[in-house]
Amino acid sequence: MMHFSARSAYAIYRREMARAFRTAFQSILSPVLTTSLYFVVFGSVIGARMEPVGGVPYGAFIIPGLLMLTLLGETTSNASFGIYMPRFTGTIYELLSAPVGVAETLTGFVGAAATKGLILAAIILTTARFFVDYQIAHPLLAAVYIMLVAASFALFGFILGIWADSFEKLGIIPMLILTPLTFLGGTFYAIRDLPAPWDAIALANPIAFLVSGLRYSFYGVSDVPIAVSLGLTLGFLAVCVIIIALIFRTGWRLRE
Amino acid sequence: MSEPILSIRGLTKTYRNGPRALDSVDLDVRAGEIFALLGPNGAGKTTLIGAVCGLVRPTGGTITAFGQDLSRDWRAARARIGLVPQELATDMFETVWHAVVYSQGLFGKPSDPARLEEILKSLSLWDKKDAQIRALSGGMKRRVLIAKALAHDPELLFLDEPTAGVDVELRKGMWEQIAALKQRGVTIILTTHYIEEAEEMADRVGIIRGGRILMVDEKRAMMERLGTTEAVIDLAAPLAQVPEALAAFPVELADGGTRLVYRGGNGQGRGRAEVADLAQALTRTGIGYTSLDIHDSSLEEIFVSLLGKEQEAA
Repeated sequence: MMHFSARSAYAIYRREMARAFRTAFQSILSPVLTTSLYFVVFGSVIGARMEPVGGVPYGAFIIPGLLMLTLLGETTSNASFGIYMPRFTGTIYELLSAPVGVAETLTGFVGAAATKGLILAAIILTTARFFVDYQIAHPLLAAVYIMLVAASFALFGFILGIWADSFEKLGIIPMLILTPLTFLGGTFYAIRDLPAPWDAIALANPIAFLVSGLRYSFYGVSDVPIAVSLGLTLGFLAVCVIIIALIFRTGWRLRE
Repeated sequence: MSEPILSIRGLTKTYRNGPRALDSVDLDVRAGEIFALLGPNGAGKTTLIGAVCGLVRPTGGTITAFGQDLSRDWRAARARIGLVPQELATDMFETVWHAVVYSQGLFGKPSDPARLEEILKSLSLWDKKDAQIRALSGGMKRRVLIAKALAHDPELLFLDEPTAGVDVELRKGMWEQIAALKQRGVTIILTTHYIEEAEEMADRVGIIRGGRILMVDEKRAMMERLGTTEAVIDLAAPLAQVPEALAAFPVELADGGTRLVYRGGNGQGRGRAEVADLAQALTRTGIGYTSLDIHDSSLEEIFVSLLGKEQEAA
């Protein structure tokens, strides 16, 4: 029989949100500052000398990629810290001893991460507006897509936070894998403008599909069809959910 | 005897690459009692609690709480169990109030600020409710953990080393608070390595060592059964052997015949009466003595001698 306690899930959600608001200064200021720096350098200074990409002015073209860059990094590290810190300090005892299963835990943690992702996206888009003019072609699709990506990477971060047994391991995946892949995933250029064989090689990078999907929702142009981007994101989300369900079932690193 | 509130059968836990932390533990805890699990560090006390509370996955055995099998009906059972961990593990930046609100919600209880106020007041934390937990003293932090564990009104409460690192005065206060919980009908299982604590509070005591329960009994029965009286009598002049007149007493000579040592009794006063008879017998036989020191063994000595025997047997 399937049980779900909405109260428990909400308690986790509210606590995670409160944790974010306690460090609101850092969680708002840091993306505002980073995004501003990117726009000053790539948007205004360099962007002014660049040709439009696929009909989109360069400054506007890089917005979805930059948004993705911050979103992936912040969501992953936020979610991984959210579960790693309780394990590290021992406060996880309460969650483990509560009448709470994987469904409530994920709804609380991932729901909060997705909410924070949306807030973060809103902050970045507002900041970008001060530097470049842009229109969002499919705002609803963009919002859904941002939430999906935030939820997926919150799940990914959750796995990371359970896997990591040191602060070093906690930081190593975002630093060594996510950031390089996002930079190389068409944040600053269109994949199809790359000379062969680099255009094909670049598409081996899953993050290129994410950036492309978000860019489609903004400007209606993309390197790969939006359905492929959405499918890949949903697939990644499903894989993460299955892994976490297995972790809860076996108690790996939680109940050893 | 009524149905036990907690029933453990053959509980075994072997950590990966580690020793056997629990070795086929059988234990029944009765509703409404304070049960003390007494044992040295590393005996398996925390693992035993963890297995019941869902922190540790048992390797084998069954745990039944409130008549429900924990491996199957863990949700229903856990909603009625509270845990106060040994470590002061709590989000230090959270306020006391938010911490207890979270606990209540996490355990699926509807929000009940009046009940939380009552709990915080009973633990003398109400005036600290808006303080961040990191700003509180160690004793207060432990009370916050108790408040969190009580926020869902558990019927079965585990206290893992509730007074570890707590000074004497606060320890007494903690004992009073635990006694008050028992008054309200909460069944309490506490672990301790302070024998004094078990002696002071528990209705029944279980002695655990090396992952095995060595003995479970009423505290009083344990003291009666294993308790002894020891008397040391300094003699005025050394004796070569125990005189015939004293042969009926469990006595022996020590320190080259200058001391007479009595060991006997039952922890219920028989020993003291016998020592009085012994003193009179000494006077009758004209053996002079200069001092007489007498004391009853405490739970502590019982514990030490039990562990000693266990070690010899091993």
